[in-house]
Amino acid sequence: MTDMLSTGHQASVERTKLIRAGLQRRHLSESIFKGLGLAAIILALGFVALLFIDIVRKGAPAFTQANLHLSVSFDPAIIGVEAPPVRAAGQSDADFQAANLKWQRDLAMLNWNKVVEASLRAAAPAGFEIDSKELMAIAETDARHEIREMFVADPSLLGKTVKVDVLASANAANWIRGNIDRSLGDAQQQLSAPARSLIDEMVASGAISNGFAWSIFTNVDSRSAPASAGLLGAFVGTLWMMLIVIVLAVPIGVASAIYLEEFAPKSRITDFIEVNINNLAAVPSIVFGLLGAAAFINYMHLPISAPIVGGLVLTLMTLPTIIIATRGALLGVSPALRQAALGMGASKTQMVFHHVLPVTFPSILTATILGVAHALGETAPLLLIGMKAFVAAVPVTPFDQATALPVQIYLWQGNENRNFFEPRTAAAIMVLLLVMICLNGVAIYLRSRLEKRA
Amino acid sequence: MDMLAGKVKMTQQSVNTAMNPTDALERPIRLTARDVTVHYGTKQALHGISIDIPDRAVTSFIGPSGCGKSTFLRCINRMNDTIEGAKVGGTIKLDGEDIYDPALDVVELRARIGMVFQKPNPFPKSIYENVAYGPKIHGLARSKTDMDEIVVSSLRKAGLFEEVKDRLNEPGTGLSGGQQQRLCIARAIAVGPEVILMDEPCSALDPIATAIIEELIDELRENYTIVIVTHSMQQAARVSQRTAFFHLGNLIEEGVTEDIFTNPVNKQTQDYIMGRIG
Repeated sequence: MTDMLSTGHQASVERTKLIRAGLQRRHLSESIFKGLGLAAIILALGFVALLFIDIVRKGAPAFTQANLHLSVSFDPAIIGVEAPPVRAAGQSDADFQAANLKWQRDLAMLNWNKVVEASLRAAAPAGFEIDSKELMAIAETDARHEIREMFVADPSLLGKTVKVDVLASANAANWIRGNIDRSLGDAQQQLSAPARSLIDEMVASGAISNGFAWSIFTNVDSRSAPASAGLLGAFVGTLWMMLIVIVLAVPIGVASAIYLEEFAPKSRITDFIEVNINNLAAVPSIVFGLLGAAAFINYMHLPISAPIVGGLVLTLMTLPTIIIATRGALLGVSPALRQAALGMGASKTQMVFHHVLPVTFPSILTATILGVAHALGETAPLLLIGMKAFVAAVPVTPFDQATALPVQIYLWQGNENRNFFEPRTAAAIMVLLLVMICLNGVAIYLRSRLEKRA
Repeated sequence: MDMLAGKVKMTQQSVNTAMNPTDALERPIRLTARDVTVHYGTKQALHGISIDIPDRAVTSFIGPSGCGKSTFLRCINRMNDTIEGAKVGGTIKLDGEDIYDPALDVVELRARIGMVFQKPNPFPKSIYENVAYGPKIHGLARSKTDMDEIVVSSLRKAGLFEEVKDRLNEPGTGLSGGQQQRLCIARAIAVGPEVILMDEPCSALDPIATAIIEELIDELRENYTIVIVTHSMQQAARVSQRTAFFHLGNLIEEGVTEDIFTNPVNKQTQDYIMGRIG
């Protein structure tokens, strides 16, 4: 009896030993796996941090820009303009308007660069020798438009001298920022030697200083005046496309998913459709661009480079994502809820709209917003439908020519004035990322709010 | 006159909780099933079930897991329609009306035959909305006051009103398991069904909640025809007047509950009740 007990005890001791030996191995593999996971996360976060730091480091300087503080003298002798027409007694409306129009036309024909040049010379130290062309290279080329607009808006400026801030040219900005090697010879410099020394003097005297680069947000793209190039056109183009994608892709995608998941009879046709939708989600985006060019532009004759086409292409691209995400969400609804509704005598439609959709709404919404955000970051399909064209206007309707934020980044990235556009590209990337973060933030906010309510 | 007599009789019944077993036999037949078969794809789940279910009494279906008792229950309100590949044969009549008649709307049928499921499944909405849902979709309330009345009386009938009257706008999912199941019963009652099917309504509940539900079932049979599936023989003995024993997709024996438990005719029934199968 005692023998049997001791052998039984022996066996259990042996078993415990075996289990302990195994335990060590199990713990080891567990800690290895944990360590690998942690390392992966740290690595991923590291790359993300690197990306953000790099972009912010490069982009931040672009948010400030060199401004020239000029005293602009609207000297009639320089402008060569008469006072605006005054309505004579007995003059008819039409006559007066014609006279007014002629005056404005004359203003447009004048060489406003002369005013800019005079102001620049006034800003230079007395007796500073510089060639007119070299001098003009300091200010951005659109300074003359700014000054003309001022005068058109207020003709009483004639004969007065006012303080005006104009943008320094991209080359001047590069020089001030130190993006250009100062030891390079004249032949390799964009600005002439006198211009460079004048800039330095103006910086020293405070006639040039950095200010917030509003132009990025208030201007459209510009090639003739790169320092004034902005994102407004691309931003509005992206907004139009976002609107189109949300209006089209969300209802179509969600409705298709509901039909396929809840109503469609299981058959070969629905299986075939399902497989194809899954495959469509994996189709390279550039192919959607080709499809858009062929279907919407060549066949349907929609305008080229227009947000309407971009929106349609991105809609096609987003549909599979939304359908798959919505179906997944619907599939996750517990059968108990469906049975409860059906058992109460709810019709299938009532079951879906009263019970299943409200429960899945937060996840559908999140998936949809992420899908839209992803689509708005796409560049490739937009290149193929002509949205990489240089467009210097804000699209007023989705049928106007436009570009989009990611395409603007692509265009600036390729700009020949690397020194000036590298920071500006990074700034554009920051704006795009901000748009994405806002969209994702909305998704997170809505999700948490809706889930709290449910 | 007859109806009045019935009412008087019923009141007496509610006084003596235990109904005379033969009483259930005298009651008119509400549901008739003849040769009901169910196939799930190629697998046959039910082999020709024929049974009569009396009005305003509790009929329980017992049997081991997978015997087809729940499947048969789900034929009665056509919940099997929602299962892909399920085929139902034979006839089931409610008051002589074929419920599988293509002309009959299943929505109407389910308003007449309510169901309570195994796991309490209140809608993720407020207690009030849970009960009001049925009357709302079937258009049974003409006004807000009407609806309030229906909700309160349904909750009262389900013995839940006193516990929840101060929090009708709180989510039904926040109640305890037993309360949730009574909410589901209130929800079913709110539509004014004639028959209530219960699919193992207490299997997810603790003994105290179970006792409360059993008591409730006993009260409800005054006004409703109740069919309950249970895996607890004690429960069948406690709440039902008639019992049907299912085994391997067949209806083995059916009769007055007392007879089934004390004097089963069939050997298989006897074995199951003695605990030898199941």
